[in-house]
Amino acid sequence: MSINEETVKHVAKLAKLEFQEETIHGFTKELDQIIQMVEQLEDLDTTGVEGTYHGITHHSVLRKDEAKKEFERDDLFANVKTKQDGFIKVPAIMDNGESGA
Amino acid sequence: MNILDHTLEELHEKLVNGDLTSLQVIEAVYKRIEETEANIGAFLALSKEEALSQARAMDEAGIDPKNILSGLPIGIKDNIVTKGVTTTAASKMLEDFVPVYNATVVEKLTEAGMISVGKLNLDEFAMGGSTENSAFKITRNPWDLSKVPGGSSGGSAAAVAAGQVPASLGSDTGGSIREPAAFTGIVGMKPTYGRVSRYGLIAFGSSLDQIGPFTRTVKDNALVLNAISGHDRRDSTSYEGATPDFTQGIEEGVKGMRIGVPKEYFHEEAKEKGVVESVRAALKKYEELGAEIVEVSLPHSKYGIPAYYIIASSEASSNLQRFDGIRYGYRAKEVNSLEELYVKSRSEGFGLEVKRRIMLGTFSLSAGFYDAHFKKAAQARTLIRQDFEKAFEKVDFLVAPTTTTTAFELGGKIEDPLEMYLADILTVPVNLAGVPAVSIPCGFSNDMPVGMQLIGKHFDEQTLYRAAYAFEQVTDFHKQKPLFKGGK
Amino acid sequence: MNFETIIGLEVHVELKTDSKMFSPSPAHFGAEPNSNTNVIDWGYPGVLPVVNERAVEFGMKAALALNCTITQDTKFDRKNYFYPDNPKAYQISQFDQPIGHDGWIEIEVNGEKKKIRIERVHLEEDAGKNTHGTDGYSYVDLNRQGTPLIEIVSEADMRSPEEAYAYLEALKQIIQFTGVSDVKMEEGSMRCDANVSLRPYGQEAFGTKAELKNLNSFNYVRKGLAHEVVRQEKVLVAGGEILQETRRYDETTGQTILMRVKEGSSDYRYFPEPDIPRLVIEDEWIENVRESLPEMPKERRIRYVKSFGIPEYDAEVLTASREMSDFFDGTVQHDADPKQASNWLMGEVSAYLNSEKLSLEDTALTPKSLAEMINLIEDGTISSKIAKKVFRELITNGSDDVESLVEEKGWVQLSDPNKLRPIINETLDQNEQSIEDYKNGRDRAIGFLVGQIMKQTRGQANPGVVNKLLKEEIEKR
Repeated sequence: MSINEETVKHVAKLAKLEFQEETIHGFTKELDQIIQMVEQLEDLDTTGVEGTYHGITHHSVLRKDEAKKEFERDDLFANVKTKQDGFIKVPAIMDNGESGA
Repeated sequence: MNILDHTLEELHEKLVNGDLTSLQVIEAVYKRIEETEANIGAFLALSKEEALSQARAMDEAGIDPKNILSGLPIGIKDNIVTKGVTTTAASKMLEDFVPVYNATVVEKLTEAGMISVGKLNLDEFAMGGSTENSAFKITRNPWDLSKVPGGSSGGSAAAVAAGQVPASLGSDTGGSIREPAAFTGIVGMKPTYGRVSRYGLIAFGSSLDQIGPFTRTVKDNALVLNAISGHDRRDSTSYEGATPDFTQGIEEGVKGMRIGVPKEYFHEEAKEKGVVESVRAALKKYEELGAEIVEVSLPHSKYGIPAYYIIASSEASSNLQRFDGIRYGYRAKEVNSLEELYVKSRSEGFGLEVKRRIMLGTFSLSAGFYDAHFKKAAQARTLIRQDFEKAFEKVDFLVAPTTTTTAFELGGKIEDPLEMYLADILTVPVNLAGVPAVSIPCGFSNDMPVGMQLIGKHFDEQTLYRAAYAFEQVTDFHKQKPLFKGGK
Repeated sequence: MNFETIIGLEVHVELKTDSKMFSPSPAHFGAEPNSNTNVIDWGYPGVLPVVNERAVEFGMKAALALNCTITQDTKFDRKNYFYPDNPKAYQISQFDQPIGHDGWIEIEVNGEKKKIRIERVHLEEDAGKNTHGTDGYSYVDLNRQGTPLIEIVSEADMRSPEEAYAYLEALKQIIQFTGVSDVKMEEGSMRCDANVSLRPYGQEAFGTKAELKNLNSFNYVRKGLAHEVVRQEKVLVAGGEILQETRRYDETTGQTILMRVKEGSSDYRYFPEPDIPRLVIEDEWIENVRESLPEMPKERRIRYVKSFGIPEYDAEVLTASREMSDFFDGTVQHDADPKQASNWLMGEVSAYLNSEKLSLEDTALTPKSLAEMINLIEDGTISSKIAKKVFRELITNGSDDVESLVEEKGWVQLSDPNKLRPIINETLDQNEQSIEDYKNGRDRAIGFLVGQIMKQTRGQANPGVVNKLLKEEIEKR
């Protein structure tokens, strides 16, 4: 398939990215070429083939339920730009129910 | 002879018998960096003060004769987190980022007594094959400064090739250790997926990423891999089996071994014939050493590039979402809403290639495209993995060129992302299959080093080192020194 | 036109583990903001998740208690979305291979029993918490980030807000009995979203559903749904169309308020979590968990009615919580008469807990001490009046040996005729007139005399014995 600028804008929205209007045309063309390339996979018959989603075949790696405190809060905050009273401060969230869990 | 011409093993002997101190070695490293860095540009950060004081402490305490790497220097790719030392992944996004913990490999190196001298340049977030995607600097190939050192671990490779450090760590998601090792004429190992803990490696393609060492010789490489391997309870994908001593049996030769030559990897019609010719010559050498050469087929190889770019980019698109400007990293100025904070921080913080991959990955996972892209790529991956399994029923390991060409000109491909992607054709199937592969120097073409990769069975790095060592013993490619062509 | 209400519920339950789902941070919050966190909870570059074994076990336990089939070869997936309380910008969850599937529970509304099917039970991590300031900023606390959760998704099998209420009660009770969660809505360890739609009776296809959020108590679920049913009915009757939208329940007005209209479904770009290998659950593990399941409330009710002759309503009350039910069983095991044990637990004990706002485990009362006390009443060692004092003592201070306690405190009932006769005669000597009255047929005089004797003995005399002896002594005069 071929993608257009609308698709690029939609995907950018999902990825929280934006592209300048003047570059979006060129970018779309470039991305389209890449997508054409990866879509060579269409030629491959994968009927009945299980996908591989992990780099390793071992399974069931579990950790004992033991609580540990390994970090001081101040250290964790070392890279935070805006904070207050032990909270991370961010511009107001418009709660439109987008959040997950 | 310059201190830094010695192998790690030789340096260790000199430290133990008192010919050298750790401080002298570390000082030599910084002197060499000072002399060559203007030409090479391998480092993003140096931790000189700390390294020197560590060396002094080591000397005072006395070098442990049983700890072969103690007191010796190493450089670390800047996508491996180092506590208290800025770790940027060569991205504006992490320009001022100071990790609050150490990667497992860094802890293991410290346990082994190695001294980290600095952080090495890379393509931003390890995405690229030339290190030109670094947000901060260009790294040049020590053999010819007008050429790229390869990527993404270009800084790690160039530093070793230029004699700045005897060893460095890189990471390999689709060839990022092997390609720069080939381009700079050194040894670079991509271990089996799971061999080395990924905890503390800034994730690119989580199911593909693996940390591995660069060195000038095969045995040095095995020594560093010894130090960084092993199960890590913090990484569920790390291998729970035992870690062998990779130097054990390294001198036993290849007599009677069966070497598979995957026909799909020999592009005889390629524009740079010198590469395939060098590898063919190397295969002759192996025959002389008593190995049997067997042609094998990896029929799904041509699907490696599309499958790889979908899987790696999809995982990356998710892995890189955490860079949202909130808890760490770049934050855009003067934003009026949360949405703006996200979009502007990410759009300004990430470079173009990173955004390209995020876009491809996001698209491949998005509703309506998942099955045709991500799922299909995962299925292709299974077939590619099975190709290797079938081949390994017949042979002990495979030999192939690491790259289709030697190092290309700086600026030569950067404008054409697609061409850059296609250059990974010989390296990505290894990552998709999770098998180990080491690239070693095997000749020259147009005065530039040629690399060949030895590809092994899962967790059989030992055979690769043994075969690589055998080749190294009868050749002197690894002894050739880069010319700094075009240097000041 | 008449409409049928269709309701499905999605319930999140926090699992009571010591550490988090994928990180070893302590899994309790309420502490200082961001204090129970580590680099994994913060989504620092380079960190990796490792699955908490007990969280898997608890998830399995809940799934089995809800009659689900366990998925033996399963995996975790990433659900991608940006939000400040979601540090990695993906939540690790389970998409198409939930740990449990195809379960059911039974509910009862107006005496009618009904099975509600459970589509799935899956494991996931909780998000942190955002506090919205009035200053144009929000404040993020990641203490809750990574707490293990199960999400329990019902089929759209409920046909009224009352059924939804009954489902939640039954669900809460079952989960509470398994001990894997506190299941307290007021504390957020149980949360509920509701999907509701209407369809004309007789129509098979479901109508467009609205999703209700911010339902912070069972009552709000019922009220919110009731309001939503009325709202949708009005729209439909007026010829309007229901939009697929998310609405929040406003506790103060009792109304549901539009949050957003969904444009297609959100694109969470789920894909298998590459950092966590597949999870294969062997038969043996499932069997061990199955065996560790306690007897469920329904089974306990049947046993109470059948074996102990407890009325059905009482059995219901006793099994309202695992704590109460275990306490009852414990008391009976210590040889208390089941009916007496039930009466005490439903009467004095419950009254005390209500007035003091305590739960059983906060008190000093034990099944053993309650059983001993009941048996001391039975055999006449203490009077039922004194028993109230004993009970106070047991529930506030406790005792390992109630018999010694009542002796020490001098609460033992005086039943020995040899000790009572002198007191009775002394009283009779002082109240000649009462003897006269009694002999003249005024029965009330006996009451007066018993009262005097009780006074003399500071209430310890056994009234039955006193009555009998008193009459004997009067006859002798």
